[in-house]
Amino acid sequence: MTAGQSHAPLTGAAPAAAATSADEGTPPSSAHPGGSLGRSSDRRHLQTGPSNWLLVPALSFFGVFALLPLAGVVVLSFFAWDGLGTPQFAGLTAWFQVFQDPVTLNAMWLTLLMTVLSYAVQFPLSLLLGVFMAGHQRYREVFSVLYFLPLLFSAAATGIAFKALLDPNFGISRAFGLDFLSQDWLGSPNFAFYTLIMVISWSFVPFHSLLYQAGVRQIPTSMYEAATLDGAGRVRQFFNVTLPQLKYTIVTSSTLMLVGSLTYFDLVFILTGGGPGNATRILPLDMYLTGFRSYQMGPASVIAVILVAVGLTLSLILNRVSGADRMESQMEGA
Amino acid sequence: MSTRTHRSPNVVGGLLGFAWLLVILVPIYYIVVTSVRPREDYFSSNPLSLPSEFTLEPFRYVLENDFLRYFANSVFVTVITVVAVVTASLLASYVIVRSRTRLAKFSQKLFLMGIAIPLQATIIPIYYLIVQLGLYDTLWALILPSIAFAIPITILILTNFLRDVPGELYESMTIDGANDWQMFRSLVLPLAKPAVVTVGIYDALQVWNGFLFPLVLTQSSDKRVLPLSLWAYQGEFTVNIPAVLAAVMLSALPILVLYIAGRRQLISGLTAGFSK
Repeated sequence: MTAGQSHAPLTGAAPAAAATSADEGTPPSSAHPGGSLGRSSDRRHLQTGPSNWLLVPALSFFGVFALLPLAGVVVLSFFAWDGLGTPQFAGLTAWFQVFQDPVTLNAMWLTLLMTVLSYAVQFPLSLLLGVFMAGHQRYREVFSVLYFLPLLFSAAATGIAFKALLDPNFGISRAFGLDFLSQDWLGSPNFAFYTLIMVISWSFVPFHSLLYQAGVRQIPTSMYEAATLDGAGRVRQFFNVTLPQLKYTIVTSSTLMLVGSLTYFDLVFILTGGGPGNATRILPLDMYLTGFRSYQMGPASVIAVILVAVGLTLSLILNRVSGADRMESQMEGA
Repeated sequence: MSTRTHRSPNVVGGLLGFAWLLVILVPIYYIVVTSVRPREDYFSSNPLSLPSEFTLEPFRYVLENDFLRYFANSVFVTVITVVAVVTASLLASYVIVRSRTRLAKFSQKLFLMGIAIPLQATIIPIYYLIVQLGLYDTLWALILPSIAFAIPITILILTNFLRDVPGELYESMTIDGANDWQMFRSLVLPLAKPAVVTVGIYDALQVWNGFLFPLVLTQSSDKRVLPLSLWAYQGEFTVNIPAVLAAVMLSALPILVLYIAGRRQLISGLTAGFSK
């Protein structure tokens, strides 16, 4: 299967979809105006459509293995459980414990710091690289192919490769014979946190720059032509044409980055395990270590509830900021 | 684009692009070059130099240490999960798009909300549930929750796609007396094919790369999937970093093949539902 062939159905479907989306809004019954009351059974079938039974597989999987655990995590936060025996009701004990535990409070602070800092690094980089990749110059297209490479590796693979590369004895520290490079990047409390942000950016910026590349390529060329006629230079075009046109992409990408930073688990787990000391023990890691290393499932569930609450709140706020039902209206317009 | 290119070249952009290229390529070059480096060489030479002799020994070592079993486990989990997710989601999407019942509306809202549930945060009750079901340390322990968490985004992408199919197509088939199954097979399935491929790739990558479920829900080495096996190799081969990085290379191979064979589809799969 070549790239060209495989792409054909996608491009073929798009114009058809655009042409028909207008018809879609009208209810099916309007196709049979008046007079069809006699065939009410037909009409009924047209209106209700396929059997609800077809929803059952998706609803039951989702209900049992996603919704039930979501409710379960709230319930378990009021229990004491060591992961083996039977959970015992413990009221608010775990909640008090978590909010008095300096390690967890520190983890909250580190999570906030990591969310803000990794966003501050990733957002401008992804945006600028996306704009760069959208150019049709030959060298930019070659670069874009290479920029993709980090996406071939799972978080586990990336973590393990960087752990070797950043090894203080056999890694990059002795590659160039430069003193400032010979640090214990992951073992020093001063550097470990910032090193993580670097590795996180390395593995996530490629994805977000792909989103921006696609976004920039959808901006009509005529808008740039008009801006050029008005005498706008490159910088002004970027701020007056590119940025406003990328509004939806910025919201989508930012939501994924911010909510995603609550879930950087694999990379941190493999690279530092939360160390040195607790210098990189962010909330998801704190939850895992509390639950599956200290066998305190109650407090771990409290941390999980906090993660869910923050994640949902963030998505809701960003969705509100961007205008309601962004996903749908965007898709329908496309 | 032509208006932008026939002006002076964008020096700042070019420099940024080149700097990022170095940032991307140095670690990748390191992985490749270390995976073909003799073990003794690793401790003595510059990590970014070319190896004194080219060797495939690290790869042989990894393959002799059950790599293929872990690979097969990953393939099994990924294939079953993707087939189940896509089937269940396509059926549900068909109802959500075509039906006006309250259950259909409610389901749509429910799945939309489901996208925002972070997988990590539910791991403790999932662990409890899997233990209660007697599935702990089986591959099914990975498959069942993976299906559940892939369903919302899959349904979102498929419904957005199916919504663009004109209603008249369904109606004409209904008038011809087609039942749900005929309609599904001869209309929904063929029409949704491009979206199914895209979303299938997206789901497959999520499952293939998943780390937390295997870490918590499996234990024995014969139930290990690839990401977990990399972590285990790192613990076992502490003095054989070339072999660890050879395993990293091998784990990325299927996705590299996919990238070369169908770059556009892989990219649309990766950014499924997010780029429009």
